[in-house]
Amino acid sequence: MISRRNWRATLEPVCIPVAALLVSLVLFGLFCALAGANPLAVYAAIYKAAFGSWFSFQNTLIRAAPLMLSSLCTALPALLGLVIIGNEGALVIGALASIIVGLPLVPVASPLVVLMAMALAGIVGGGLWIMAVGALRYYRAVNETISSLLMNYIAIALLNHLVGGPIRDPSSLNKPSSFPLPDAFLLGDIPGTRVHYGLIYGLIACAIAYFLMRHTTFGFAVRTVGGNIRAARIAGLPVGKLTLIICFLAGSCAGLAGMVEVAAVHGRVSASLNANYGYSSILVAFIARQNPLAAVLVSILLGGILASGGILQRSLQLPDATVLVFQGLVFLVVLYSESLYGRLAIFKPQPNKEKSDGNGSPRLVGSAAGNHGGNAAG
Amino acid sequence: MSNRRLLFLSRRQVIRGLLATGAFGVTARLGTACSTPSATGAAGGAGAGTVNLGFVYVGPKDDYGYNQAHAEGAAGMSKQLPWATVVEEASVPETTAVEETMLNMINQDGIAALFPTSFGYFDPYILKVAKENPEVQFFHCGGLYKEGVTPNNVGSYYGYIDEAQYIAGIVAAHTSKTGKLGFIAAKPIPQVLRNINSFTLGARSVKPSLTTQVVFTGEWSLPVKEAESANSLADQGIDVLTCHVDSPKVVIETAEKRGIFSSGYHANQATLAAKGYLTGAEWNWVKIYSDYAEQIRAGKTLINGGIPHLVRGGLKEGFCKLSDYGPAVSAEAKNAAEAAKAQFLDGSLVIYKGALQDNTGKPVLAAGKEYQQNDLALEEMGWLVDGVIGSTSS
Repeated sequence: MISRRNWRATLEPVCIPVAALLVSLVLFGLFCALAGANPLAVYAAIYKAAFGSWFSFQNTLIRAAPLMLSSLCTALPALLGLVIIGNEGALVIGALASIIVGLPLVPVASPLVVLMAMALAGIVGGGLWIMAVGALRYYRAVNETISSLLMNYIAIALLNHLVGGPIRDPSSLNKPSSFPLPDAFLLGDIPGTRVHYGLIYGLIACAIAYFLMRHTTFGFAVRTVGGNIRAARIAGLPVGKLTLIICFLAGSCAGLAGMVEVAAVHGRVSASLNANYGYSSILVAFIARQNPLAAVLVSILLGGILASGGILQRSLQLPDATVLVFQGLVFLVVLYSESLYGRLAIFKPQPNKEKSDGNGSPRLVGSAAGNHGGNAAG
Repeated sequence: MSNRRLLFLSRRQVIRGLLATGAFGVTARLGTACSTPSATGAAGGAGAGTVNLGFVYVGPKDDYGYNQAHAEGAAGMSKQLPWATVVEEASVPETTAVEETMLNMINQDGIAALFPTSFGYFDPYILKVAKENPEVQFFHCGGLYKEGVTPNNVGSYYGYIDEAQYIAGIVAAHTSKTGKLGFIAAKPIPQVLRNINSFTLGARSVKPSLTTQVVFTGEWSLPVKEAESANSLADQGIDVLTCHVDSPKVVIETAEKRGIFSSGYHANQATLAAKGYLTGAEWNWVKIYSDYAEQIRAGKTLINGGIPHLVRGGLKEGFCKLSDYGPAVSAEAKNAAEAAKAQFLDGSLVIYKGALQDNTGKPVLAAGKEYQQNDLALEEMGWLVDGVIGSTSS
C-alpha cells in the first residue's frame, strides 16, 4: 500500500487527525489549568482511567461498543455524500422494534431464536427509519441532515409514548418502561470480561462495512455517486437505489446498536435508552473521516475519554462537564483540521524524489512537527 | 531552491520536535509520579477511622433541583462529620456508565457505601453490581427495596415530601388572589401525582374553591417546554406556580419574570425569585446521610441487620423541610403553615382523608377512611384529586 511514490498522500489522513487530537489535548490542558488543575496530572489521570489497566480498559471498551455500531450510521451515507445525523433516532427505533418483536416470542421460543429475531427486528427497524430519510432526500429533495436530526425527536417522542402507554409494564410505577426480558434471554458478557457482545458486533460490522465500501463494486458505485453525482448518473448508476440501500444499511447498524442496548444492558425499553450514544457517534464518524476501520479506533479513544470523565471528577475535583468540554474541543479542532486537507505543501507529491535514505527519515519527523505547528497557529 | 529551504526548516523542526517530545515525556512521567502517591494517600486514609462514601448523581450538582439537593446533603454531611469523605460523580447517565462508576468507586476509592441517587440506577445496574460485590452497601433513593427479592446489601430510602407540598399549598392559597394555582409536572407517575394532589389538598383546606391547573411536560428535564408552560399558565390568570421537574430553575425564573408567585421544589430556589418566591418543598438529605454515616462508622451494616433496609419519613423524621418564607407571605399565611407543620410533627395531620373523589367525580376514598403516609395505596396513585384541572393521560 505505502509505496515510495504515495507515502505523503498516505500519511496525510493519519497525521492530520492525530495532530488535531494533540492540539485539542493541549487546548484542553489550558482549560484545565484555568480551572485550577495541573494539566499533566489531568493527562495522566485520563490515561490511567482509560487505558491504564485491564480493569479500566474494559470500562473504555464498554463505552466504545455502542459507538462503533452507531457511528456507521453517519459514516456509510457520508461516502455517498449525505450527512446523516439520525443515529440516535435509529438506535431508539431499533431498540423499540427489537422489544416489540422479542417480548411476544419469549414464551414460545428459545433464547437464541428470540435474540436472533430481536436483532433482525432492530436491523430492519433502524434501517427503514434512516431509509425514510434517504427517500425524502432522493424523491423530495429534503435536506437529509435536517430531516434526520428532526426524526431523532420523533423517535424519542415515540419511545416516550409507547413506554408510557401501549407497551408499558403496569408494575413500573415511577419509571415507565416495557415488560422486562427474562434474565435467560439477555445477551451475556464476553466470557472473562465485563464487556457485552455489542463490542464484537461493532467490530464485525465495521470490518464488513470497510470491505463493502473499499473492495466491492457496490462500494465503488457508492463512492462514485459521492464523488460526482452527475457523472454517476451519466455512467448509468442507479443513484436512487444506491441512496436507499446505503441509508438502510446505515440505519440498520444503529438499529442493531439499539437492540444490543436492550438485550445486553437495559433488559427492557425505557427513557434511559436515550443516552446520547447517537450524538457521540457522529463525532466518531467525523474524526474517523468516515472510514469504518478508523471508526473502531476512534470509538475506543472516545470511549476512553468518556471513561476518564469519572476520575476527573473524583480525584481532581473538576466539574462534571469537563469531559464534555474535552469532547467538544476535539470535535471543533477535528472539524477545523478538515479544511487543511490538500493545503499543506508537505503532503503534496514532490516532483523530484529524494535519493538518499539518510534524508528521508528526519524529513518525516519534521513534516509531522510542521503540520502540528500549522494546526496550532490556526 | 524550495527543496533546500524545506530541508533546512525540517532540520530545525526535528530538533524542536525532539526537544518538545523529550520535555513532554519527562514531565508526563513526573506528572504520573506526582499523581500516584496522592491516590495511594487517599486510599491509605481510609483505614484511619474515616468512612469513604460514594455519591452518584444523574445530572449536574448545581441544577437548583434534584441533584443539587443530594449534593448539598452529601456536602453538609461531610462538613458535620469530619471523618466522612465524600467521593462523588455527577452527570452519570442511566446506562452501563453508572455500573462502571460504581465499580471504580469500589475498586479505586475503597468506599464503604454507595449512594447512587437517581431512580433509574436501581434496576438493573445497582442490582447487578450489588450481587457481584456483596460486601459493599448500596443505598438507593426511591424506596424500591423488596424483601426477599432485592440483594441483602441494598437498602432504600425515600421521603414523604408531599407533606411539605401540602404546607406549600396552604401558603399558596393564602397568597393567591385569582384562586388559580399552577403545577408544572414531568410525568403522570405516582410520585408526581401525589405531590400535585397534596399541594391541591393543602390549598383547598384553606379555600375549597381553589383550583390547580396541571401541565405534564413528559420529560424530567425539558427547559423550553417548562418555560412555555409557565408562560401559558401565567396567561391564564394563574398567580402561584409550583412544579415537579428535575430542575425547577426555569419555572421559578419565568414566574418571577411574569410577576407571579412561585413555590419551589427539591432545593431552595429563593435566590432565583427574590420577590415572588413564597416557600418550597425541599429535601433534607443532610440528616439522612449523616445518620447513615454514623451507623456505618459504628460498624452497623445492612448485611448484619444494623441498618434497616427501608427507611422512610416526612417532616417529622427530618427527610424534608420548607424553604424560608419569602417577603410576599403574609403573617396569617405563616401562622397557618406553622400550625399545619406542628400537626405533621406530632403526627395528627393526615393528608388523605375520606371522603375524597378524583377530578372526574369518581370516589377514591370513602368517608371516614384515611390513608396514612406509609399506605401502599398512595404509592400506586393514578388519579388527580378533585380541584385539579388536567388529566393523567395527557
